[in-house]
Amino acid sequence: MSTNLTQAITANRLSDGFVVYLTAQDQWSERIEDCQSADDPRSAETLFARAQHHADSGQIVGPYLFKIVRDGGHPVPLSRREIIRTTGPSVGTDLNLK
Amino acid sequence: MYRYDEFDHAFVAERVTQFRDQVARRISGELSEDEFKPLRLMNGLYLQLHAYMLRVAIPYGTLSALQMRKLAHIARTYDRGYGHFTTRQNIQYNWPKLGEVPDILAELAAVEMHAIQTSGNCIRNTTADPLAGVAADEIEDPRAYAEIIRQWSTLHPEFSFLPRKFKIAVTGAPNDRAVTRGHDIGLRMHLDNAGAAGFEVMVGGGQGRTPIMAKTIRAFLPVDQLLSYLEAILRVYNQLGRRDNIYKARIKILVQNVGVEAFADLVEAEWRHIRDGALDLPTEERDRIAAYFSPPPYDDLSEDCPALDNAIDAHPHFAAWMESNVQAHKQPGYAIATISLKPHGGIPGDASAAQMDAVADLSEQYGFGEIRVSYKQNLILPDIPKADLYALWLVLDRWDLATANAGRISDIIACPGLDYCNLANARSIPIAQRISERFSDLARERAIGDLSLNISGCINACAHHHVANIGILGVDKKGTEFYQITLGGVANENATIGSIIGPAFDEWQIADAVETIVDVYLQQREKDEPFIDTYQRIGPDPFKEKLYATDQAR
Repeated sequence: MSTNLTQAITANRLSDGFVVYLTAQDQWSERIEDCQSADDPRSAETLFARAQHHADSGQIVGPYLFKIVRDGGHPVPLSRREIIRTTGPSVGTDLNLK
Repeated sequence: MYRYDEFDHAFVAERVTQFRDQVARRISGELSEDEFKPLRLMNGLYLQLHAYMLRVAIPYGTLSALQMRKLAHIARTYDRGYGHFTTRQNIQYNWPKLGEVPDILAELAAVEMHAIQTSGNCIRNTTADPLAGVAADEIEDPRAYAEIIRQWSTLHPEFSFLPRKFKIAVTGAPNDRAVTRGHDIGLRMHLDNAGAAGFEVMVGGGQGRTPIMAKTIRAFLPVDQLLSYLEAILRVYNQLGRRDNIYKARIKILVQNVGVEAFADLVEAEWRHIRDGALDLPTEERDRIAAYFSPPPYDDLSEDCPALDNAIDAHPHFAAWMESNVQAHKQPGYAIATISLKPHGGIPGDASAAQMDAVADLSEQYGFGEIRVSYKQNLILPDIPKADLYALWLVLDRWDLATANAGRISDIIACPGLDYCNLANARSIPIAQRISERFSDLARERAIGDLSLNISGCINACAHHHVANIGILGVDKKGTEFYQITLGGVANENATIGSIIGPAFDEWQIADAVETIVDVYLQQREKDEPFIDTYQRIGPDPFKEKLYATDQAR
């Protein structure tokens, strides 16, 4: 179930800084669809502890929890910032280029 | 141009080796992020929203063709084929991979460039008038002094951990094209009664959440005493600046709290201890550095150029470009050409690798292989024979680099905003794109005339919105982007901070709001009065009345 408290974990990958999400398989995926979510503060805390472990081992940088809603099962970030992190720059990266 | 000596080469090469080792230790897990972060920031490497970002210094905004080609090569080889020129005369790459950054730094070192002190609480890249050395109104080329400051401030042991970042700007001309009053220290050259050059020293300027224009603490500082006086200012700041609150840590807050006169007294007292000593600049050393910035071997050309006059008469688009993008040169028969990096609907300040290569080629074909980067996020070819301007324009046009909008409403300064930046609250680029498209009609833009419009995506004000005629600040209101307008800012020698006009507009209203402001101006202006003069004459009320007549703002 998706509640106001539904959260997932994101971070930046050490090697290239790309946005990644913590999965249920304890991996990091570039696709938000793969994220594991937590519906209550306690499971969010557990999720974060797992992410911190990965940060300590140097795979990823700066993990944090962020709020999502489930739209037809798909995780959608609530904040504009996280939406942009999910989709990439809203202006693309090849405008103004020949 | 300045050329590295043996010491410079060795120092930069050593730093590359050092950082290569630090990156390897980070990747192997030997260094934690907490340990690595200050090391990467010392080398200009940030971690932004989507990726790492490398900020490369372009000292006093001067590039050789060789350096520009290297920047293009880096964009193509290590990034996504483009770079972003910034208001601090830097270039930023948005997608470098951590493991490749040492290679990028080695590539930069090969052309005498680096990313040292482009981040962190130290003295940052010293900026200068982008028209240094070629402007008709100049007293002396300020770049020699900017280079001297660069050498003094690079890895200065006392000033490597200041309370906060520190920015210095220098101009050698009375018309300020470097926003000197918007910096921690602004230096503006004057002549004394005997005709000797010296600097007016302005301290405590900055934008951000507390915009303040720098105050003059010394009306005239002989040039040979520049470094001892700067050292005295930095020493007072380093000792008294706040370190407990990041928002109160800039020198502007210290100057404000202590008072300008008291601050000046503190600096003078400190200066008495160190002046007339090791930091004095011997004339021969100044001359040695200044020689690097000697004028190129200009031809003896006539100021009259019938071929140019004919081209202007025959080609209206070229004529429009001449009007907005070409400025008078101090050397007869030459001109200064601004290459707009603001195509209508484009991303302000972005240039593709191919465009960078094209600019490098053009600088060699028509100039002396030199390119400037302006704080307005444009490029400048400083030495173009008037007779070659039309041929230059034809090539620029092919590369989408000939937009005739320098100084006009679509010459928008915009920070990367929430599309890239970790600090931003709102997007800047799409708003800039929308507004520049709105004013893409050449005749209309010419009719509006000179008007500065800058957009920052957060209160840090990287896009200088406070000193724009029309400033736009992106804010976040409960997860939605809104845009607050300030009017009346000025960025020249009469630098002024704009005033908030009223409640903010959402992303779909903001272009209409700008159009409303322009309409009021066009209705109210007298003859050829520029926007800022009309605003200063009639004040904010007519704009406010029209903007908020309907309930379009929130």
